This record gives sequence, structure tokens and C-alpha cells, in this order.
Amino acid sequence: MMRASHKQPGYVAALLHRLSGIALAIFLPLHFLALATALNGAAALDSFLAITHEPLVKASECLLVAALATHMTLGLRILAIEFLDIRERTVAVLTGCAAAVFAVGLAFLLNAG
Amino acid sequence: MTDGALKVEVWRGAERGAFQSFSVPRRQNQTVLDVVTEIQREQDPTLSYRFACRVGMCGSCAMVVNGRPRWTCRTRVSEAASAEGALRLEPLRNFAVVKDLVVDMAQFFDKWRDAHGYFAPAARPPADFAVVPPATPARQAADAAIECIGCGVCYSACDVVAWDKDYLGPAALNRAWTLVNDVRDAGQAARLAAVAGDDGCQCCHTHMSCTSFCPKAIAPTYSIAGLKRSLFWQALKGGTR
Amino acid sequence: MTAALFLAQRISAMVLALAVAVHLATILYAIHGGLTAADILARTHGNLGFFLFYSVFVAAVAFHAPIGLRNVIREWTSWRGPSLDAVLAAVAVALLVLGMRAVIAVYVA
Repeated sequence: MMRASHKQPGYVAALLHRLSGIALAIFLPLHFLALATALNGAAALDSFLAITHEPLVKASECLLVAALATHMTLGLRILAIEFLDIRERTVAVLTGCAAAVFAVGLAFLLNAG
Repeated sequence: MTDGALKVEVWRGAERGAFQSFSVPRRQNQTVLDVVTEIQREQDPTLSYRFACRVGMCGSCAMVVNGRPRWTCRTRVSEAASAEGALRLEPLRNFAVVKDLVVDMAQFFDKWRDAHGYFAPAARPPADFAVVPPATPARQAADAAIECIGCGVCYSACDVVAWDKDYLGPAALNRAWTLVNDVRDAGQAARLAAVAGDDGCQCCHTHMSCTSFCPKAIAPTYSIAGLKRSLFWQALKGGTR
Repeated sequence: MTAALFLAQRISAMVLALAVAVHLATILYAIHGGLTAADILARTHGNLGFFLFYSVFVAAVAFHAPIGLRNVIREWTSWRGPSLDAVLAAVAVALLVLGMRAVIAVYVA
């Protein structure tokens, strides 16, 4: 019945922060499990790492790295507002965050080769 | 589109109801309050809505206009109407609807009380007047947030209130912050405890809709951040509760 | 979120801000030219600095993630109360255990 208030840039920021956080929370146990295969020797970890050469897996990794960068930059924005009382121009700040995330994602793709 | 009629959709009913369409002639310098008043006086006397001062001082006329919570007396049709010359009027979000455009403000003010948004005097009256220089940081912080008249626009705009019915909300917390900064107040410990619970200031996720829509240019987001900081340092130094 | 949870959330956030920055830089550097188990383990094996760093990282995450999820679940679903808190406490323990297991795995391998 009631439409939500016109969405503000802060809402977009909070939503991206939340969704990237959820993605990371889901990914993290898998990350821990993957690394722990080293307990069975380097070969076990290697055979797991082999699947990371698949293009789909590479793309997912890139997204995860982007999610991490997104969550961190937007988290830093929250800390700045809450602890440093920074009065921001939200759209400008978000654009900066997006640029940083893009740079990180690109750096990953270029290095992952 | 300066001539021609305005198409106005108005919420009728309570929690359940429907939009009713009206056609209102466009007039120069028309405000949304003018439109609602014209509908009620000329077309449908059963329409319920609130207003009082009609000059942007009391906040009684707050409602949602084309998706944005605002004061209808201070909203020009020329600025608010859609490109097709349409207006959609709804009661404020996050409030129980009494009828049509009128909402029940009880929970809003109950939360004001729950957040200790009231002055707590000391056990005895002070010996002399308190000296509070306006330029002190505490007074400046309080003054920046003191002009709130309880119109409910921020509460309507807040997504966290929509998600968590018990969240104290931006207005109550903003008022609590002004009192946290009031050096004469003697109820600080209880006030901080009141805003520290699971539905307290920590629930704010900095969407900043409240700050964006406040007609008095108050920034509840930063008042709430101040409360968060106060509780943070208090917890760090002395443990919580 | 209570004041106590907020404290834990924001402090772990500050720790993670540093840890993630280091971790991202490490990832970007390490994956250059492809990544094998040997590469990873050569860096982490017997490396006390890495061990301590990632132990702190895991501890911070074990606080930060469940508290964050608690907010999301309480706000976007109707689940709240002691049962939710109990489940998330278990998630925190699980993250701590799995995380330390991984940190130890690459230290001793």
C-alpha cells in the first residue's frame, strides 16, 4: 500500500554495503575450507586451486574481490560519519567509492591473467 | 503545463483503502495544501486531513507527496507535480492511519518519551542560573538540533523504522541528543541507557533520508552519530550498562 | 543492535579496515603470474608474522560477520530473540574454528 520514500543516495550506499556483506559472509566459510585443504598437503590445495582457472570461477573471484572492496570503502564512510562527524556530499563520496572498487576489480583481473 | 487541470490521487480509507482521483484547476503559486483544501471544501467534504498554521511553522500538514514526505503548505504544486501534472497524496509512512491523510502520532511521541527526550531536572533546584555560553561545543551541538517541532517527516522517511517497528526513530533520538548536550540536565545516565538498547541509536544505518527530508534542515543522522559515539566511549571506558 | 554489539562491530570494523587493506594488497601482488599452492605455502609456512596477522583477522571477522548478519535478519525477516542470538553465536564460533584451522593449515603445511 505505502510506497517507500524516494530513495536517497545513502540508501543505495547502505544497500550495497549490506548485500556485499552478505555475499562475503556466505563466501568466507568456503574460503576457510579451501585453504584448510592444505592440511592434506600442498597437492590437495593445488588440486583445489586448479578449478580457479575456470573462467566462471575467475569471474566469481573478481566479484568477490569487488564485494570486499565495496564493503570496506562503504564501511570506512560509516566510520567517518559516526566517529569523525564528516559532513559528506554523499553522491561525491559514493562515486569515489565506486571508482576505488572498479580500480581494485580491474587490478585483480589484470593480475589474475 | 501552467493551465489545465491537476490530476490528484488521494488515499482514502485507513490501513486498507484505495486511491480516489480528483481533478483540481491549476492556479498560480498553488501549494499542495491549497489543493487538498480545495478538494475537501469544493468536491468531497468527507476527506480528512490535518493542517493548522499553513505557513510552515507547525508541521501539522506533513504527508507523502509523490513518494516524498513533506509539508504540504510549503510544497508548491509546480515543484512537486509529476511531468504529466499529477499528484499522489498519501498519509505519512510508518504511522497507523486514522483516516485518509490523517495518521495516529501516538507511537511517535511514545518513542520520544522512551528515548528520554524530555528534560530531567536535578533533585534540588540549582542555587543560581546555569551559565551556558552559546559558543560551547555542547551548546552548539544542541542548538543545531533543537528546532525540531515533531512533524514526523523524518520518521516517515526512515527505512529502519519501516523494517523495525520498535526502532526509536530519528526524531526521538535527535531530541535525546540535544538533551545529552544540555549541561543543566541531570538524567544523562538514564537517557544514554534508554537509547542503548536493541532498538536504540545503533540501529541507524546512515541512509540519511531523515536528514534529506527534514523541513527544518536538521540532521538527525549526525545527532544519532553523536549518541553512538557517546555510548561507544562510555562502553569502552566503563563497560556497558 | 545493542551498545555492546555496536562496540564490538565498530572495533572489529576498524581492525578489518587495516587487515583487508593488507589482504587486498597481498592478493593483488601474489596472484600476478598465476597462483599455486606452493606459492601460497612458501609465504605462509613457518611465518609467525603471517600467522599472527591472520589470527587477528579471523578473530575480527568472527565478531564482525555474525553481528552484521544479526542486523540484516532482524530487519529483513521476522526472526529475532534468543534463538537468533544463539544461532549467530554458533556461527561466530564456527567462523573462529574454521578460520583458525585454515590459518594453522597454511602455517604448518
